[in-house]
Amino acid sequence: MGGELLRTALYDIHREYGAQFVEYAGWEMPIRYTSIVEEHRRVRASGGLFDVSHMGRLRIRGADATALLDRVTTRPIASMQAGQCRYCLMTNERGGARDDVIVSRIEEDEYLVVVNAANREKIVSHLREVGSSMRFDLVDETLKTSMLAIQGPRVMEFIGRFSEEIPSLKRFRFTVKNMMVFKAMVSRTGYTGEDGVEVILPNSAVGLALKMLRDEMDPADGESVLGPVGLGARDTLRLEAGMPLYGHELGEDISVLSSGMDFAIKVDKEASFIGQEALQREVEAGGPSRVIVGLDVEGRRTARHGMAVMCGGRRVGHVTSGCMSPMLEHPIAMALVDREVSDVGTELAIDAGRASLGARVRALPFYKSGS
Amino acid sequence: MAIPDDRVYSRTHEWYKVEGDTLTLGLTRHAVDQLTDITYAEMREPGTSLEAGDVVGEVESVKTTSDVYCPCVGEIVEVNPELESNPGIVNEDPYGAGWLCKIRISDPKGLESCLDAQAYEREIAEA
Repeated sequence: MGGELLRTALYDIHREYGAQFVEYAGWEMPIRYTSIVEEHRRVRASGGLFDVSHMGRLRIRGADATALLDRVTTRPIASMQAGQCRYCLMTNERGGARDDVIVSRIEEDEYLVVVNAANREKIVSHLREVGSSMRFDLVDETLKTSMLAIQGPRVMEFIGRFSEEIPSLKRFRFTVKNMMVFKAMVSRTGYTGEDGVEVILPNSAVGLALKMLRDEMDPADGESVLGPVGLGARDTLRLEAGMPLYGHELGEDISVLSSGMDFAIKVDKEASFIGQEALQREVEAGGPSRVIVGLDVEGRRTARHGMAVMCGGRRVGHVTSGCMSPMLEHPIAMALVDREVSDVGTELAIDAGRASLGARVRALPFYKSGS
Repeated sequence: MAIPDDRVYSRTHEWYKVEGDTLTLGLTRHAVDQLTDITYAEMREPGTSLEAGDVVGEVESVKTTSDVYCPCVGEIVEVNPELESNPGIVNEDPYGAGWLCKIRISDPKGLESCLDAQAYEREIAEA
């Protein structure tokens, strides 16, 4: 990727906290502050603050906004209530994923769609193309706003000091708070398997918002509720929680039915959507031929994205994500494998170049909050 | 953090400390900071003969797997016994207790092209 990397409004704060940076989807993002494993455990034990401002934030408004979103996503949009968020897949004609997104219904004709950083421009073009004869406005608010994720078992109690309303939000609901001079959208959503919120606010308000959090945020102090968490731990947390990552478990060439995100795919949705016919045919033919599974890996070595998965000397798939699980303390992985070898308990092997790693199919998630 | 000046460095971020005919090999602070938390390290067995540029072993971190290279001709004589039970020692003390292996040098050619501490410091500053 050429050109200047984008920086979030929290860049200087990351530096102050000693972040090590990495390029991610055109952004210069903190990968860690202290240690990925420490940050991961902090989130599981108490709480962490993540800068996820690189995620795309698209506001879609107008008479056909609902019809447009219903046309491109796998779940019903028209039936959503204002204040509700819905995790959806955006499919291509073949039933593969263009992206996985969270759609929030702000009002009858207004939505905010959060998309993956790497897919932002692709999705903007896709929406404009599909909606070329529809009535709506699309504003990409990514560069003007920031997005923070605050996640962990002590987070809601902590937020209760500032707001009575937010801790009473149900999962996948949001509220818009007027905070003195700015508005913040707070949703009870996340990508760690822990309770918590995601907050979208104007860049100009980041300093003020951070001031509220900073007394409880010390990267080195295990007693404080929150610590800053980088993209490194964000990835290991979502993997332990069994959540897919676009480009790994999801992609244009993987049927969304393979992902196991069945709750997010309504194949018989009333409003027809792009990719629906392909998915219906796949269901009629008996379901996806390949599926995403969880693997417990033997030994201490980490399986990596792209390594072949073998069964009886035959290649049956590939690893999509892997890490040393900080909570389970053994290596875990997700893999896309032939359905015949996807039953829980099936013994497989991972080709790690000079070594072969034993692996056994297990149920997802690897880790449940509070266990 | 100061880079020790009692040893030499490779452009692939190993350090090599020569004492008599024995070379101790490890990763630099810069390398371990880039790798992040090290979860696994496996060196080839003692007794393995090596040519300059051969892979001595692999180090895995939460993010990635990296090969570690030998600078000279020689034979592995010892692998740090701590690595198996506590690979994080490489993060904690990369220039000391986190050493990876010792090699008996039979031909030191190849070490000549390594960098001294100042040159290595410039190298990582420019990267």
